[in-house]
Amino acid sequence: MLGLGVDRLRADMNRLLAILFHQGVLDEQFLQLQQLQDESSPNFVFEVVTIYFRESEKLLRILRDNLSDREFSDYAKMGIHLNQFLGSSSSIGAKRVRNVCVAFRTASEQNNRLGCLRALELLEHEYCFLKNKLYELFQLEQQRSMAAGVRYPAQH
Amino acid sequence: MGMAAEAQFHVLAVDDSVIDRKMIERLLKVSSYQVTTVDSGSKALEFLGLMGDVHGNPTIQSASVSSHLHHHQEVEVNLIITDYCMPGMTGYDLLKKIKESSSLKDIPVVIMSSENVPSRINRCLEDGAEEFFLKPVRLSDVNRLKPHLLKSKFKAQQQQQHLEQQLPQQRELEQQEPDQPQQKQQQQQEKEEEEMESIEQKVDEQEQAVQSSVKRKIVEESLSPERTRPRYSGLTMAS
Repeated sequence: MLGLGVDRLRADMNRLLAILFHQGVLDEQFLQLQQLQDESSPNFVFEVVTIYFRESEKLLRILRDNLSDREFSDYAKMGIHLNQFLGSSSSIGAKRVRNVCVAFRTASEQNNRLGCLRALELLEHEYCFLKNKLYELFQLEQQRSMAAGVRYPAQH
Repeated sequence: MGMAAEAQFHVLAVDDSVIDRKMIERLLKVSSYQVTTVDSGSKALEFLGLMGDVHGNPTIQSASVSSHLHHHQEVEVNLIITDYCMPGMTGYDLLKKIKESSSLKDIPVVIMSSENVPSRINRCLEDGAEEFFLKPVRLSDVNRLKPHLLKSKFKAQQQQQHLEQQLPQQRELEQQEPDQPQQKQQQQQEKEEEEMESIEQKVDEQEQAVQSSVKRKIVEESLSPERTRPRYSGLTMAS
């Protein structure tokens, strides 16, 4: 009964991951992240993704503030922020977010405010979607490890 | 944790991105390297500049540098891996500074970049970088560091041996060190076990003293052994 729970949860996780890969939300870099997780660093993926969320939301706020200001003109600075976002998204395998950053960067290089605004909306949407899916994944993982923990009682 | 085994290599990783620092640190640790990470070229130079000489003169630890080293240990960096795009000093600037330094020029330098710009890559390789990794860096990239590390360590050992011939006493002391960490750990564990036993004894004695007092009945009702005895299961031993 509990055994089935663990297996079913693992199947759910794999299915979710497969969908995310298929949709291009994640790429094989995310698998690299998972491979770096082991007993010596059992929460590695969660830790990295948590840092990513924190950094990303900071950057999104800056970008939103910049573009809310009609007088804004420092597109070079914006390009630097976008490069950071692009780099970190690439590092965790967030493919779709990364691709929107590329388009956004092109618009900012052209000082195209309208283009930037559209890209920002798309970026916020993709980021939101990614965050929700990753949280779903982490919840499944947590449930799975709890279920597995019950099956093998902890030793004190 | 600071007493490195003889075979361990020490890599200095430089990257202004928090995420990439965490990634490269993990990649290097998984490959059994000792890692120090810094977030800028200037901090890297600071760290390298305070290495002291081969005799291991004391170094100052900067608060913003994450490190696993004791003050008295010889600081030796076997390889530097740095991001290219960083504010202030770029990875290329750092490479130049290292290659221009008489004390640091033999340390192999590897450059990482998220951008595939052939002219940039060629320039770095021509000016002394051993390798150029495209980000995101993978384990297969990190595996390519081994030969560069071996070459660097061999060179450092040769230098060490040359100086050892001049200082026989110091070498004898150093050779005893690899065994000491094990013994020290065991001794410390035994000591802590003894301390806990004596604390438990004292608690038992106190309980007995309380029970034999005039207010025995009240004490028996309100005090249970579980509450007076401190919990030891949550404590961790020295690791």
